[in-house]
Amino acid sequence: MFEVLVFATLNGLVTGLLLFMLASGLTLIFSMMGVLNFAHASFYMLGAYFAYSISLYLGFWPGLLIAPLLVGLLGALIERYGLRRVHQHGHVAELVFTFGLAFLIDEAVQFFWGPDTKNYQSPDVLDFPLFTLFGQEFSAYRGFMIGISVLIFIGLYRLLTRSRVGIIIQAAITHPHTVANLGHNVPLIFMAVFGVGSALAGVAGVIAGPVLTTFPGMATVLGSIVFVIVVIGGLGSLAGALIASLLIGLLQSYAIASNLGVADLLNLFGLEFSRDHPLTDLWTLTLPQIAPILPYLLLILVLIFRPTGLLGNREQ
Amino acid sequence: MKKILTKSLVWIGYLAVLLLLPQFFDSILAVSLFNQMAIAIVFALSYNMLLGQGGMLSFGHAVYFGLGGFLAVHALLLIEFETVYFSIVYIPLLAGLVGLLAALFIGSFSTRKAGTVFAMISLGIGELLAASSLIFVSFFGGEAGVSGDRTYGPPLFGVEFFQNIEIYYLAAAWMFVATLFMYLFTQTPAGRMANAVRDNPERAEFIGYSARRVRYISFCASGFFAGIAGGLYALNYEFVTEETLNAVTSGRVLLMAYIGGLGYFIGPILGAVILTLMNSLLSNYTDLWMLYLGILFLLTVLFLPKGFAGFIMMHRVAWLQRRIRKLVLPYLATAIPAMVFMATCVLMLELSHLEDESISVLNMELSASSSSTWLGLLLIASTSMLVTRRTLPALREAWESANHVADEPESKS
Repeated sequence: MFEVLVFATLNGLVTGLLLFMLASGLTLIFSMMGVLNFAHASFYMLGAYFAYSISLYLGFWPGLLIAPLLVGLLGALIERYGLRRVHQHGHVAELVFTFGLAFLIDEAVQFFWGPDTKNYQSPDVLDFPLFTLFGQEFSAYRGFMIGISVLIFIGLYRLLTRSRVGIIIQAAITHPHTVANLGHNVPLIFMAVFGVGSALAGVAGVIAGPVLTTFPGMATVLGSIVFVIVVIGGLGSLAGALIASLLIGLLQSYAIASNLGVADLLNLFGLEFSRDHPLTDLWTLTLPQIAPILPYLLLILVLIFRPTGLLGNREQ
Repeated sequence: MKKILTKSLVWIGYLAVLLLLPQFFDSILAVSLFNQMAIAIVFALSYNMLLGQGGMLSFGHAVYFGLGGFLAVHALLLIEFETVYFSIVYIPLLAGLVGLLAALFIGSFSTRKAGTVFAMISLGIGELLAASSLIFVSFFGGEAGVSGDRTYGPPLFGVEFFQNIEIYYLAAAWMFVATLFMYLFTQTPAGRMANAVRDNPERAEFIGYSARRVRYISFCASGFFAGIAGGLYALNYEFVTEETLNAVTSGRVLLMAYIGGLGYFIGPILGAVILTLMNSLLSNYTDLWMLYLGILFLLTVLFLPKGFAGFIMMHRVAWLQRRIRKLVLPYLATAIPAMVFMATCVLMLELSHLEDESISVLNMELSASSSSTWLGLLLIASTSMLVTRRTLPALREAWESANHVADEPESKS
C-alpha cells in the first residue's frame, strides 16, 4: 500500500509539473491579452514533433534547445500577424481564432509528419534507473523531467519578480497605457510574452514527447486539461496554476493507482447489487475508470462555487 | 403590411424549395446529402441562437445534440421491442425535449456569466459527458455506440420509412418547423432581449431585465432545437456513437455557424450547407480536406469576421445605391488572380502528398519529383499573389466610391 502511494505521488508530480509548464505559459498569455489560447497545447505538440525531427539528425540535446526556439518564433509570428488582427473584433473572435488555429495545427502536423506515432526516444545518457524503491525502478528521465520543470518555474518566477524586464511585463499587464507612455513598446512586449509562452509549451513537448508518445492526438489529450488547470487555479495567477497543476496531476495519479470503486463503498454499508441490474454500470464504477473525468468535475465545481478559481482575483 | 407579405413569401419559397429539391436531384447521394444538410442546418441554427443571438460561446453544444440522438435511438429500440407504440415521426420532438431538459439543468448554473466563464463551463461539461459516455456502457453503448431500426414503428399514411427519401421529407418537415420557430423566437421580446444582453448586459440590467434569466431562456431554447437535430440524426443514420456528443461535433457546429456568419439568421444555414458539401464531396477527392477546412476557417475569422452571410450583407448599401455594377470589374480583377493563387497552392499541397508520382491537370502531366514542376508552380503562385496585391487598392477605391453615401441630407428622394 505504501509503495503504491509513493510511486503514485512521484508519477503525479511528474505529470503535475509537466502540466504546469504548459499552464504557466497559458496563464501568462491570458493575463496579458485576456484571451485563453486554445492552440497552446498545439504548440506543445509542435515542440515534440520539431524535437523529433531534429533528434533524427542532431540528437536529443540540440532538439531540447532548438525546438522551443522554433515554436516560440512561430508563436510570436502568429501573435503579430494573426491574433493582433483579430483583436479588434473582440474576445469571442480571438477565442474562436485560437480554436481554429488548434484545428489547423492538428491537421498540419498530420500533413507533414503523417498520422502514425513517431518513435521519439529519450537520450541514452538518461536511460538508467535513478533509484530503486520497493523493488520498483524510477527512471532517470522522469527525474530529469522534474528537474527541468522546477528549474523553469524558479527561472520564470525570478524573471517576473526580480528582473527589470519582469517588472515592465507586470506593469504592462495591469497598466498598458502608462507603460506605453513611459516609452516602452507594449505590442512588442505582448508579442514577446506570447512567444515565450509558446516556447515554454514547446519545452514541455520536447521533454514529454518520449514519455507520453509523439502522435497527432497528443495536443487534444492535454489541451483541455491545461485549460481546466488555468481556470481552476484562477485565470492569470501563476501560483494558482502551480497548485492546480499539482492537484490535478496527483488526483489523477492516485485515482489510477487505487482500485476502489462504488462497490467497495456499498459494501461498507452492507449493500450489494446483482450484476444484471439495469444500473449495473453505476455499481461497478471504479476510481481508475473515472480518473479522466475528475478534472472536469473539479472544473465545474470550482466554476460554480468559486468562479474566480482558487487564487484568482476578484472580478471587476 | 408589405413587409409581412414579403417575409411570408420568403418562407413559402423556402418550403417550395424543400419540396422540389428531390425532384431535381434524386440520386441516392443527393438525398443523403440533403438529409445531412437538414440535420446540420437545425443544429447550426440552434448554435447561432447561443453565440450569434445571445453572445454565449459554447464549446460543448454537442451535449444536447448527442443526448437527443441517444434518446432517439433508445426510443427506436423501445418501439422495436414493442414497449411503446407510436410513429417515429414524433421522435425528434422527444429528442428535443431531452435536449431541453439537459439545458434546463445545465443552464441553471452555467448561464450566470457569459464570455470566458460560460465557454469554460460548456467545455468542461462537454468533456465530462463525452468521457462518461464511455463509462456508462448500458446507455451509451461504449465505443461501439447504439443502433436501432426506424422501420418498426406504425406506418404514417402508408409510409414506413424504409427509404432515405422518406426520411428526407420527414427531416425537411422538421427542419422547416424548427427554422420557422427559431426565426419567430428572434422576433419575440425574449429573442430581442437576448441581443441586448449580448451587446451590453449592464444596460440590459439597468432597464430591469435579469441578464442571467434572458441567457437562460435562449440557452434552453437552443438546447431544445439541438436535441431535435440529434433526433433527426438518429433517424437518418439509425446509429449513434460517442462521437455525436464529443468535442469534434461541438467544434464542427462552431465552424459551421462561424463560417456561415454569426448574427445573421441565414448565416448558419449557409455554413451548414457549405460544410456538409465540403465534408461529403471534397473528402472523396482528397485526404487533405480537413486541412483546407482549417485554412478556410482561419481565413474567415481573419478576413470575414461576419462570415459569408456578413460578406453578402456588406453589399447592401452599394445595392441600394444601385452602384453594385461598379464593383463587378474590380472584383473580377482581384478574384481571378486570387483564385489562380489558391489553386496553385492547393496543387502544390496535393503534389507533396501524392501517393503515385504524377498528377494530370489541364492535360498536363505534373511530376512530384521534377524540380521544374515545383519551380513553375512557385512562379505562378508568386506572380498571381503579386497581381492580387496590386489590384487590391483599385478594389478598395471602387468599394469606397460605391459605398459612399452623400454626406448632405438626401434632397432628391
